[in-house]
Amino acid sequence: MRPWRGFPLFPVVALAFFSLIAGKPAIAQENPYFVAYDHNLEEPSNLEVEYFSTFGTQRSGPNFHGFWSEFEYGATAWWTTELYLDGQTTFGDSTVFTGFRWENRVRPLKNEHWINPVLYMEFEDINGADKILKEVEGHDVESDFLTPNAEARRERNREVELKLILSSNYKGWNFTENTLAVKNLSNEPWEFGYALGASRPLALKGAARKCNLCLQHFIVGVEMYGGLGDRYSFGLHNTSHYLAPALAWNLPSGWTFRIEPSFGLNDQSHQFLLRWGASYEIAGFGRKVADLFRGKQE
Amino acid sequence: MKLRILAGIGGVLFAGLAALGAVPGKSETPEQESVYAELTKAPEKYRNKVNPLATDPEAAAAGRVLFEEHCEDCHGQQAAGGKKAPSLRAKEVQEATPGTIFWILTNGVVRKKMPVWSKLPEPQRWQLVSYIKSLGPLEASGSKSAEKR
Repeated sequence: MRPWRGFPLFPVVALAFFSLIAGKPAIAQENPYFVAYDHNLEEPSNLEVEYFSTFGTQRSGPNFHGFWSEFEYGATAWWTTELYLDGQTTFGDSTVFTGFRWENRVRPLKNEHWINPVLYMEFEDINGADKILKEVEGHDVESDFLTPNAEARRERNREVELKLILSSNYKGWNFTENTLAVKNLSNEPWEFGYALGASRPLALKGAARKCNLCLQHFIVGVEMYGGLGDRYSFGLHNTSHYLAPALAWNLPSGWTFRIEPSFGLNDQSHQFLLRWGASYEIAGFGRKVADLFRGKQE
Repeated sequence: MKLRILAGIGGVLFAGLAALGAVPGKSETPEQESVYAELTKAPEKYRNKVNPLATDPEAAAAGRVLFEEHCEDCHGQQAAGGKKAPSLRAKEVQEATPGTIFWILTNGVVRKKMPVWSKLPEPQRWQLVSYIKSLGPLEASGSKSAEKR
């Protein structure tokens, strides 16, 4: 019996427990994207605890289930910082912890504009067995995932990832374009990728009473993402691409549920990925922690 | 060597952000500036905007629900000011045009921790404006709350 067998359950249980003991929730109003980012940052002092899954089909090999936990904190109204813990199960092989990521998103402009830029910087220390597919970059293709876990986890990737997020809100719609550049800190070339997204709530007006099933709480969208090669072979040759309709359900209790089937668009892509996630947002988490150290009571 | 280059890029990026004004400049003294000063900065185009839901009988009620979900934690239950944010029942807010309040909701006051609420669709922001305007002034607590900041 491998000790990591129960790992995927741990974040779900922890999330449920956290929601019970945490303070006042905040309704999140999250867009449904899994890969693309928009310009909406976490509200200052709020903490969002998230669990996400990616089930992937694999030709010529076993299917897999990648999973990750996110702790997203609004440091200020213009800076959101986030920690990821990744793992995966390859069916018929093993379950492994694959590493961590530390992400920062900064909004450089004070006011809302027609196009709103956000600068994204991430450091990741993951091993070669990572299969969460949080982004697709360079020449990432389906056959990369055929390596058995025991061998793949010996490869260590320390990478810096930079993204330029350009996002607009127009008549209830959100449109976002992300371009990304990734540098493995070993002797590897810069790799590039993209993600595009569009989403809209099913109703633009709020209801006059609290309700879980009001249309305003459901946001539908679609995203498309893929690799753009690397510094030496930029372009679409030997890259993978996906198209993914998505749905988010933001409950007034602070919970958000998301689901997204992704379809591979060429022979280098996984034919099908199914992503889902649950998150819970705690209002004023940072302030409560600060008060704890100052000895203040609510 | 490459690590140094990347560290350099990171440093330049953050210096750029500071220069762009993401952090308060030295000349700015937020303590001395009224918490309501941002209201005066709304462009005329926004100041003169009319609330399209002004005649909607449900707008204020829906705005109340939105307020409880998104604003109450900072601005307090009665919008009279909380630990983190000023009273919305102060004269400055209540006398501001609906368009001005809408502009503040849309852009936030990111230097003073007021988030950007553009992620709420426009009709929901107008519903919030309807609710805030329906509250009316509460002079005493409003000025008290503002003085604290």
